[in-house]
Order: sequence, then C-alpha cells, then structure tokens
Amino acid sequence: MDLDLSAPHSTGTTIIGVTYNGGVVLGADSRTSTGMYVANRASDKITELTDNVYVCRSGSAADTQVISDYVRYFLHQHTIQLGQPATVKVAANLVRLLSYQNKNMLQAGVIVGGWDKYEGGQIYSVPLGGTILRQPFSIGGSGSSYLYGFFDQAWKEDMTHEEAEQLVVKAASLAMARDGASGGVVRTVTINAEGVTRKFYGGDTLPLWHDELEPTNSLLDLLSSSVPEPMST
Amino acid sequence: MELQRSMVDGSVCMKDSAKSEISSERTLYPYVTGTSIIGMKYKDGVILASDTAGSYGSTLRYKSVERIKQVGDHTLIGASGEISDFQEIMRYLDELILYDKMWDDGNSLGPKEVHNYLNRIMYNRRNKFNPLWNSLVLGGVKKGQKYLGTVNMIGTHYEDDHLATGFGNHLARPILRSEWREDLTFEEAVKLIEKCLLVLLYRDRSSINKFQIAKITDEGTTIFPPYALKTFWGFSHFQNPSKGAAGTW
Repeated sequence: MDLDLSAPHSTGTTIIGVTYNGGVVLGADSRTSTGMYVANRASDKITELTDNVYVCRSGSAADTQVISDYVRYFLHQHTIQLGQPATVKVAANLVRLLSYQNKNMLQAGVIVGGWDKYEGGQIYSVPLGGTILRQPFSIGGSGSSYLYGFFDQAWKEDMTHEEAEQLVVKAASLAMARDGASGGVVRTVTINAEGVTRKFYGGDTLPLWHDELEPTNSLLDLLSSSVPEPMST
Repeated sequence: MELQRSMVDGSVCMKDSAKSEISSERTLYPYVTGTSIIGMKYKDGVILASDTAGSYGSTLRYKSVERIKQVGDHTLIGASGEISDFQEIMRYLDELILYDKMWDDGNSLGPKEVHNYLNRIMYNRRNKFNPLWNSLVLGGVKKGQKYLGTVNMIGTHYEDDHLATGFGNHLARPILRSEWREDLTFEEAVKLIEKCLLVLLYRDRSSINKFQIAKITDEGTTIFPPYALKTFWGFSHFQNPSKGAAGTW
C-alpha cells in the first residue's frame, strides 16, 4: 500500500491564533502566490463567520472560501433559532463537519477563533482531514514550520492583550522572513467581550531580523550623509 | 493530464495529479495520526496505555491528544491512526451507548458487544474502499469477565491477554510475551507497561514523552492524567562511539 505520509501539504500562508486573558488574537500574513508570482500582496486571510467568531484560512482558496460561506450561512440561521450569539465550539464543529465529510476533495487547514460568554476566548484547530482540537494557541500554513520552536519557547499562559498581539506579530513576521510563500503585511483580529478589533501592520513597521537591512529611500541619501554605510559581507 | 487548483485567496497552481479529486470514493491516506496503543489484562482488570501525540507527517504537531477514551461503563477504547476518524468513531460509540442507556432496562453494553459493533463498521467501510484509518484496542470488564480485543481498518479483529498497535506490535509485544502473567498486580502491570512505553519512546520516531495510562476494573474506570518518564542515556558506549572507528554511528 503506497502511503503518502508526507502530509505537510499546507500552502502559501502563515496563520496563527492565540488565547490571552480576555479573548483571542488571530493573525495572518497577506501573500497569495501563483507559483513564483505574488498574485495578491495584501490579501485578507482572516474571515468573519459571526460577530464573535472568525477563521484563519490556509490551503485552497476556493475550498476555504466555500467552507466559510456555508458555515456563515448555517451559523446565521443557528443564531436566529438560538436567540443568542453562536458559540465558538459550534462554529468550529460546523467547519469540522464539512472538512471531515469531504476530506477526499478538500484541501483546507483552518484555525477557528472567537469569544463567547460561556467559555471566553477559544481557539480550535481544524487541519487537513477534519480533526478538531482545542488548543491554547495554534499555528498553520507553510510558514508555520518555522514557528514550532519559537512558540515552544515564547508561549506562556495568561498573557495580556498587548503581549498576545506582539507575540502574534513577531511570529508572523519571523515566518514571513523565511517562508517564500508568506509575506506582505501582518493582519490581526482581536476578539473579546467588548467586540472585534482589526489591526494592520505594514511592511516597514515590522521588526527586522537577521541579515535584513533598514529600508531607505535611495542610495543617494546614504551617500550624501556624512558617513557612508560600510559594506558588509 | 494536468489539473489546476486555486490556492489561498484566488491564486492558481498545478495540482499533483496523483492526489487529484478521486471524489468521495475512497480515503487515500491519513493526515493527523496517533502511534502505538498498548493494552494488557492484569489481576483486577485491563490497562491501556498510549502517548498523547498527534503527528502530521513527520512533524510532531499536536502534543496533547487524548487517544484513550471511555465508552459506557464497562469499556475503554484506545486508537492509533487518523485522529479525525477516531473522533468520528467516538461519535458513533457515544450514540450507541446513549441509545442503550435510553432503554433504561438495567442492561448495558459490554466490551464484547462494543467490539462487535465496531468490527462491523470497520469491515463494511473497508469493503467500500473507504476505511476508517485506525487500529483500535478495546479493553473492559463486565461482571468480573476481563476482555481485551483489537480491530483495525481492514476489519481484522482478535482478542488476547496483551495487545498493541503499530510499532507496539514489534517492540512491545515481545516484552509482554516474555514477562506477562495472569496475576499481575496494578503496580507490576504499570511497571511492565512503562517498560514498553520507554522502548517505544526510544525507538518510535512518532512518539513523545507524554503518556496516558488508563485502567478499567469492575469498580470502574480511571484515566490517569498525562505524565513523562525519565530516560536513560548513561551507557558508556554512548559517550564516545566513534573512538575506535571514526565515522561510525
């Protein structure tokens, strides 16, 4: 039996979801690549399912968009029938149902995150195959390979919102530095009891890592400053 | 024939035709998998053990996956293989137990019955070329009778005094064949299981140092919280293996 167990078949993205002491922070890069070409350098991979539940998408665009659309539709009806906001668990399980029952046809690895009044902030990972796992934080997409060690070291329970947001931005930016399929800007979505906040961290506002240089307007600016930039190997 | 697939947010790339849409005819391969389960009978009942890893190919992606669960009052089930299929099997079994409880007739399904039910499910899915990609171990005690059985994705099923799935078959069962006895106390049984778990930790690439042991007796079920084992690296040979032969491993 020929088993293809080289499963990490994730695609051009870095997606992250972390819980903190008041809710969740979801983060993602913004690069969409067609082979070597960057088709969209500012895409939005964090998609709304309900007011209080969002999903980070990685994998096939069509598959994740269709799953999101179905789940948004079901959750809308569910909310009306229930008379109150849907829980994160229900949203995540709807995603899992579609993912699992169509596992042969879909290529979708998602992270569902949100806040409800029963369990507070929650993150559910739904990778390829349709497994569902609740986790204090989750990473996905091709860029996530570079983040396992980082999170093993940097993650801690009960962070403040600022700490959580900075962790997500730092992680996404580290992954983008090394993964060719991730890049652009970092988008974050914070969900808590107060509501939802979207943030945007543009290319130049992200930290610089090893072997990366400060951006300048032009070489001419450097030359005209008193001390020319030294060359480095 | 080349197949095109859209990637994240609308881009398009060439799809590997070997993995193309064979639609819902068959499951081809697992994604998130659990490794060995070990099970053995002892004096008072049955013990199951596993680690808590969910591997994603060669990456140890999830480290807190519960692969041993309770089914009704008399049975424990341990699963290796695709985790999503195990979660689905748990849904079937929970429904089975619920309907059984609803009869409220003083009877309850024992491990033999649960095993038979699972065997039918697994074998029928296999016949449709759409297996639930798991190897399962079922252990239980009902009215003093101890039971330990296994069933896997192709429908093979049998019972024994000690069982294992996956790598456990090759590494743990020889140890069990040699050292298992009918009248092991709980403490002796745990020591024997831990001996097997340690070997699997050393020699199975997809295992991690985080284990769960569960026991079931006529009194009831206990699934112990996850714990880690100390490992030994103090063999003198390990210090400098290349000493007499540079380049050796």
